Amino acid sequence: MKKRKMYMRMITASLLRRRSRMIVALLAIAIGATILSGLVTIYYDVPRQMGAQFRSYGANMLFTAVNDTFSQEDVDNAVAVIPESQRVGVAPYRYETVRMNDRPVLAAATDMEGAKSASPFWRVNGDWPSADGQLMIGKSVASLYKLNPGDKIEVTYTPVIETENSSSDEEALEENADEEFILDNYIDFEVVGILDTGGNEEEYIYMTLNDMEKLTGKANYYNVCELSVSATADELSVYADKISEGVEGINARLVKRVTQSETTVLSKLQSLVLLVTVVVLALTMICVATTMTAVVAERRKEIGLRKALGASDKSIIGEFMGEGLLLGFAGGFLGAFLGFLFAQGVSVSVFNSSISFRPLLLPVTIIVSVVVTGVACLIPIRSATDVDPALVLKGE
Amino acid sequence: MSLLELKNVSKIYGNLHALDNVSLTVEKGEWVAIMGPSGSGKSTMMNIIGCMDKASEGEVLLDGVDISKESSKSLTNIRRDKIGLIFQQFHLVSYLTALENVMLAQYYHSIPDEKEALEALEKVGLADRAKHFPSQLSGGEQQRVCVARALINYPEIILADEPTGNLDEANEEIVVELFRKLHEDGTTLIVVTHDPEVAEVAQRTLVLRNGKLDHETVNKNFTGHIKYNL
Ligand SMILES: Nc1ncnc2c1ncn2[C@@H]1O[C@H](COP(=O)(O)OP(=O)(O)OP(=O)(O)O)[C@@H](O)[C@H]1O
Ligand SMILES: [Mg+2]
Repeated sequence: MKKRKMYMRMITASLLRRRSRMIVALLAIAIGATILSGLVTIYYDVPRQMGAQFRSYGANMLFTAVNDTFSQEDVDNAVAVIPESQRVGVAPYRYETVRMNDRPVLAAATDMEGAKSASPFWRVNGDWPSADGQLMIGKSVASLYKLNPGDKIEVTYTPVIETENSSSDEEALEENADEEFILDNYIDFEVVGILDTGGNEEEYIYMTLNDMEKLTGKANYYNVCELSVSATADELSVYADKISEGVEGINARLVKRVTQSETTVLSKLQSLVLLVTVVVLALTMICVATTMTAVVAERRKEIGLRKALGASDKSIIGEFMGEGLLLGFAGGFLGAFLGFLFAQGVSVSVFNSSISFRPLLLPVTIIVSVVVTGVACLIPIRSATDVDPALVLKGE
Repeated sequence: MSLLELKNVSKIYGNLHALDNVSLTVEKGEWVAIMGPSGSGKSTMMNIIGCMDKASEGEVLLDGVDISKESSKSLTNIRRDKIGLIFQQFHLVSYLTALENVMLAQYYHSIPDEKEALEALEKVGLADRAKHFPSQLSGGEQQRVCVARALINYPEIILADEPTGNLDEANEEIVVELFRKLHEDGTTLIVVTHDPEVAEVAQRTLVLRNGKLDHETVNKNFTGHIKYNL
């Protein structure tokens, strides 16, 4: 016990009282540990962070109707399968053909907030519709009609009286033919935004669900629902299967193009992080080994003296290793906290969101630092045992 | 049985005989001085007696054990248990206090005992400097710490290689006085010195030349006190 105390006193005295050299080693270990804990934090956080980032590339899950349409209740039931924390955007769409200036146009109605989150890459020149009577039109439609934000446009809808379906009512249709004008519903819209996506979304006009209901007189049905879910590809397929099986009327599937590129980018990013960590640890090891070699060379006389006083090789190794491991511990401790700050900084500046401290990372960082330092010290410390005690009798 | 016996000991470096067929005996409790010009093999001999080096030829009996045949591991044990060393360059660990430096010898020998270490420092008159670091001590004080460290484990034999080489007369006298006390306590002393005054206080002086034992003088009126030829 007493001996242990003297041992601790010696190695701490050596570290604390001969600072210069050790500070270099401590710094190397602390930096290594910082990068380690920082990158590991990021490594585990990247899927979450990047998941959110990837959500900017649009929907990664799609609901289609088993029979033509599905209802709001179907959507609610299906969405309930996905944990709330992972839902980024839910945009149920309803499509109709309407007319503007007597020409047919495809109209989509959706929950604008949901669409905004599900398709964050949509660029809108002007504003999204935020109230009834407001219309967002695709770029192609806008150029066809020469419409700009602020313009007024009347949208008409002819309630469907389909000839094929009602062949028996053909006569009735004929009768109604001249009443068509009266049957038309119309709304005077104000164009608030022009949608620019580079895709076929530009061929539609967009209105609120409320307006669509007014226009068509029909409520509560959708053709398609786009979802943006912050989850891994595996999780997504589980959700999709569950929904397809569990919710009648809805067929859920993944937007493969998006989920696959997410997975490959993620795995590439993670292996990059892993590689950087390994390289940094190797560099730390080299730096510690170099410093330790210098320290051993610097302290040859002291080692010789200790041996002359009767120190065995084992106790020499024990003392230097003790110093090294203590240093590794201190460096790891320091690095775990600095690493968190580092990860936090990266997360805030790159992903714009903060991360929470993982307590488990503290012991892990310390253990890795201690092990890395221990391994780095092995060779230099072995050479300490080669010092000849006769050295101390030789003059300087 | 003599405490130390060298029989035809040689130490050969290449074709240089640093020690050349040296034989000598030292009895328990004796105080022996070793003199000789630089390069005559004094330190080489001390290293061999101190179990820090092995003779190339011959036998070295310490307490009846032939240490020239021992492994370096058991040499470490013998050195630790039986030998106290004092060096010209003091060799204190710079980041340990005087007290801790003394305790270091205890640490490797058995168990550190702060009280005992402090007593040893008291013996060399440095109780009040226990918490000082070597850099805060004068050369004489540092050497006295070394003496305290050498005697702390009650070694059978104290080997001092030019212990006063870096000291002024006043400190030299203090150190020699410490040797005299050690001698009185029955410790065997072998002191290498260039200084005739330090050699004269010993009971016997061996003179080495070119690795050979040149001659030996016995101090007939041995008192253990240094006499200055004023
Ligand atoms: N490791 C070694 N390798 C080769 N030669 C050595 C070695 N150690 C000592 N010598 C040689 O052995 C001879 C005796 O050296 P030693 O150190 O014993 O002399 P010394 O009597 O102690 O001298 P000084 O009074 O200067 O300390 C010297 O010529 C020295 O050069
Ligand atoms: Mg010498």
